[in-house]
Amino acid sequence: MWDYTDKVRDHFFNPRNVGEIEDPDGVGEVGSLACGDALKLTFKLGQDGRIVDAKFKTFGCASAIASSSVLTELIKGKTLDEAMNVTNKDIAEYLGGLPEQKMHCSVMGREALEAAIENYRGGATDKHELEGHIVCTCFGVTDKEIERVISENDLTTVEQVTNYCKAGGGCGGCHGEIEKIIQRVQGEKVKERRAPAPRKGKKLTNIQKMQLVQQTINEQVRPALRAHGGNIELVDVVDNKVIVAFRGMCAQCHLAEFTMKDVVETKLREFVAEDLFVEEDRDSVDEHHVHRG
Amino acid sequence: MSTVYFDNNATTKVAPEVFEAMEPYFCHLYGNPSSMHTFGGRVGVKVRDARESVADLLGCDPSEVIFTSCGTESDSAAILGTLVAIPNKRKVITTRVEHPAVLAACRDLENRGYQVVELGVDKLGRLDLDELESELDDDTALVTIMWANNETGVIFPIEQIAEMVTSRGIVFHTDAVQIVGKMPLNLSQSRINLLSLSGHKLHAPKGVGVLYVKKGTRITPLLLGGHQEGGRRAGTENVPGIVGLGKACELAGLNMKDENTRVKALRDKLEAAILARCPDSRVNGDTAHRLPNTTNISFEYIEGEAILLMLDRFGICASSGSACTSGSLEPSHVLRAMGVPFTAAHGSIRFSLSRYNTEEEVDLTIDKMPSIITRLRELSPFVQHAQA
Repeated sequence: MWDYTDKVRDHFFNPRNVGEIEDPDGVGEVGSLACGDALKLTFKLGQDGRIVDAKFKTFGCASAIASSSVLTELIKGKTLDEAMNVTNKDIAEYLGGLPEQKMHCSVMGREALEAAIENYRGGATDKHELEGHIVCTCFGVTDKEIERVISENDLTTVEQVTNYCKAGGGCGGCHGEIEKIIQRVQGEKVKERRAPAPRKGKKLTNIQKMQLVQQTINEQVRPALRAHGGNIELVDVVDNKVIVAFRGMCAQCHLAEFTMKDVVETKLREFVAEDLFVEEDRDSVDEHHVHRG
Repeated sequence: MSTVYFDNNATTKVAPEVFEAMEPYFCHLYGNPSSMHTFGGRVGVKVRDARESVADLLGCDPSEVIFTSCGTESDSAAILGTLVAIPNKRKVITTRVEHPAVLAACRDLENRGYQVVELGVDKLGRLDLDELESELDDDTALVTIMWANNETGVIFPIEQIAEMVTSRGIVFHTDAVQIVGKMPLNLSQSRINLLSLSGHKLHAPKGVGVLYVKKGTRITPLLLGGHQEGGRRAGTENVPGIVGLGKACELAGLNMKDENTRVKALRDKLEAAILARCPDSRVNGDTAHRLPNTTNISFEYIEGEAILLMLDRFGICASSGSACTSGSLEPSHVLRAMGVPFTAAHGSIRFSLSRYNTEEEVDLTIDKMPSIITRLRELSPFVQHAQA
């Protein structure tokens, strides 16, 4: 059970300003069914250039609905420039705080507001244009959006970024890239927090070498493959030869030999020993194909 | 406001008879069953009786029952214990819809050099047995497949699967946590090697489970340091829990008919009424092969957590496969494996009943549900789109 404040519960059970304004001055739509939450914000400006009315429709959990309700309350009576200064923090604070894992609901509110104002100022576009390039393909989150939640909320871990904008919350394939963005934005602050990479020993025993190969595959290779529906299996280590088998999507990809093999080899040379080379276990690949028909 | 508890696949109420049976074993009969004195010995007798009650419900020999601390421990002990005992094979087969107790254990095996095959399911949540058969080979050490799904209640043809797997000399384990006490079992007539159950799913307390190990099945114990459970699971017995589980198994046997008649009728009434009164709703899973107490219903365009909180205001307890309730950002892995569209997966609600539920509780829920769904759809930006 989520630990919601009374304010969140109030705005969930008695949401303010539900609906859609007819003939609005600005419309902002963010999120999607696939993502699990979505918000449509409409507003109307008065003669004095202030927002006289704002309404919302939201698909989502209690905190998404409460955040949307609060957003409409916060922006009423504000000029557009004033409204632009409303941050996700303002929404969360108004609610007396949100659970960490639900912070993305407040960010969605801020994004919808920006989209609606852009829509008013820019005219025709009614869908919020995504800036930058997509980092998290599961939830369609761009580097710009990630940078912004990091700097506005002083985030230092991937987990926090996921809580605030969902990026990295699906397959996990983009964790490395999010980590780099955190380092770029936060600089010194996060340097010492990096997870230590497996250390290259001077002279490895056979047992150590095998364990390190397995560890490197587990930590450096498999997560990225799993993210794309594939997998890798360590078949054997014979002297400096590492025999692996690719499964799932990777096994059926004809380019696997040229691409994945090289990636694995690079990683193993980086983390284990310079003189390792990788070979694909042909038998298990063929066998696999037969099984999948 | 009284609580209407429709979340029995999560956990159940401890039966009053069970609680009563356990009570003496805290402050009065607290002896260690392994002790030499009569005081401890009296407790040992009760543990033996409880083992017989469990064996009666499972239709097996008492010596095949190992008490554990929970269903998860039973699953881990079965999976890891089998693989350690069979060091020369490195393939494990499971399904994509397993409980995390099995799925996470299997995914961890990949990191230790095992090949893990996760079988998919069709849109009704059914397995393709031909696919399973084609995956069985000489390198396969273990197949682990749940008997009934905790989210949808869908029942797999486990006896048939066990026959197929074990006839190839491969060990078969099933997580039967959801089915024990709801459907009659007779393990002496079955080919199942290993089976997990959990006390708190059948009106025993939390903190006690069982791993059934068929005679002749080799497993290496996880816990070392004592001769308890025939050396197969060290650690001083959770005597009150074990006594409680014994009683709960007796009661489950007596109530089996009630589960499959009255409770099933209540579930059917609840399900039919909700589907009739809430447009754009549908049942997830194969209704022809399903636990008598479970229904999983999707409501389009709205999100599960919001539904649960609205139900909570009326004291009605259910659960959801939505992302927001799972602590992750993606909806239920079971519904996704079934190919349930995101729209429906986010808005899925599971009601799971028990013999303590009444018709009044079902009627109350039927009465409240339509207005909750209508209210949330008024908030949803997708409803207009859908009607346009």
